[in-house]
Amino acid sequence: MPSSYLLLSLLFVASFSLATLLQPLYQSWEGSRTSSTGVINVLFGDSRRMFANHFFVEADIYFHNGYYPSIFDQGKLHESSPMAQTIESGGKHEHDSPRHDDHEKERKSDFMGQPKDWIDRFGRNFYASEHTHLEKNGDEREILPWLRLSAELDPKRVESYTVAAYWLRNRLGKVKEAEQFLREGLRANPQSYEILFELGRVAFENRKDSQTARNLLELALRRWREQQEGNSEPDILLHQRIIGHLVEVEEQAGNWDAAKKYLEELKTYSPAPQEIQKQIDEITQKNTLPSTPQPAPARDDK
Amino acid sequence: MNNILALAIVVIKELYRRKDFYVLFVLTGLLTVLLGSVNLFNDDKIVRYLKEICLLLIWVSCLVIAIVTTARQIPAERENRTIFPLLAKPVSRAQVLLGKFTGCWLTCGLALLIFYLFFGVVSGTREHHWPFLNYFQALWLHWWLLAIVIAMTLLGSLIFAAPSSNSTIIFIIVVGILLLGRHLGKVALQLPEPSQSIVYSGYMAMPHLEFFDVRDLIIHNRDLIAWWAWGMATLYAMAYSAFFLFLAWLAFRKKALN
Repeated sequence: MPSSYLLLSLLFVASFSLATLLQPLYQSWEGSRTSSTGVINVLFGDSRRMFANHFFVEADIYFHNGYYPSIFDQGKLHESSPMAQTIESGGKHEHDSPRHDDHEKERKSDFMGQPKDWIDRFGRNFYASEHTHLEKNGDEREILPWLRLSAELDPKRVESYTVAAYWLRNRLGKVKEAEQFLREGLRANPQSYEILFELGRVAFENRKDSQTARNLLELALRRWREQQEGNSEPDILLHQRIIGHLVEVEEQAGNWDAAKKYLEELKTYSPAPQEIQKQIDEITQKNTLPSTPQPAPARDDK
Repeated sequence: MNNILALAIVVIKELYRRKDFYVLFVLTGLLTVLLGSVNLFNDDKIVRYLKEICLLLIWVSCLVIAIVTTARQIPAERENRTIFPLLAKPVSRAQVLLGKFTGCWLTCGLALLIFYLFFGVVSGTREHHWPFLNYFQALWLHWWLLAIVIAMTLLGSLIFAAPSSNSTIIFIIVVGILLLGRHLGKVALQLPEPSQSIVYSGYMAMPHLEFFDVRDLIIHNRDLIAWWAWGMATLYAMAYSAFFLFLAWLAFRKKALN
């Protein structure tokens, strides 16, 4: 009997020793299922990107209160409806961008068309067949779970972060949460000029921190140049917006030369260069007028 | 009528003796509460995703209860040989069918009531908004959809060899109609003849179960369904349930039971 107790103790000690040996190895192993991303990777593999896309579209469906074209309506939609442009542009509904015009067209669009038969006509009573948007009482918050899920499934999908941050910041007044989510996005996508731009806007528009805003926007511009210059179809819209914000930051700080330099760059891409030239002239005029210049904050080039 | 009611009561008693409903209800409740406790951007007013998931779980649970409960009714009576004393009461075969149908349908109604009560509480406590009439319309249409499904499953239980194959086939048909029913007409119109006529005829003839799926209207707080449309949908469901029950009676009428 005592020998069996001894054997049991020996086995226990052996197991314990092995556990102390294996535990650190398991924690550092890439295939470990201990982290949340590990679980998602194990469950979905590469298909998680497909699901991320699905949930991103789900957010857009929620934004339209369930009124959304199915896969069977997509063909017709791509030919005619501006709503497709909204989908392709990542579901951004910014009222300070040209996409807003698309959105107004989208309101008037009707992907359903006339009912094809009595079943189609009668069936429209039982699903969302009227085009409306989440635009009151902070209802926009309803799209956020799907954007969060989309980002969890595919952290490389930059739009999930920027779209969610837009709604959090502009409509729901949740600046802290927007910034936190953008920082999560930046950790997953350190080269993303879109996320840097949004962070710059948070710093400039919400935090009123011109110094940080300038650093972030300049970094965004640098990243844009690294990735987009030389592309056959560069993301001109975002380039213009980055520069537009940099001009605002420099104007506010009284750095007229820097503002002029950015406006000159903007002019080369702008569809209305005369307007930009007018702005440059205004700045030159301001610059030559005798005035007390505001002290420019120290530039911190990262 | 008394015979039909007596048979129906037996089916209802079977539901609360079996564990199917309890398991599905606890699972639905657990998953909903778990998802409701997730912190999303420190905003506790986000509710639509929860409504969507809760309603999806309710739909899946109710379909499982309806199909599985109905599919085993007649095969179990035959297997246990209790069908012979039942028919010797005397209870006609039509009464057996109607009794089984009524029992399964009422059983699903009770389950639906509990599920929707839970859904109403979950959504109301988060949303502070109680659209009772919308919930009533949704529950009613859901219940009538289950009437069609139960009638189809009863017919299937007289055609297919085993309850498992019947359940699987009916489940596939129902999910297929719910997902594609609305779009089959559009697909048909893009096909060349004679495929177009064949698919379009199928589209016109099949029971359009998607009429009864008003989850999107509930999730997105849409307006009430027009009462005339709601009434017409009820009549539509009655007609299809009667049609499948009649087919089931034709199949059962002269079926050898041993």
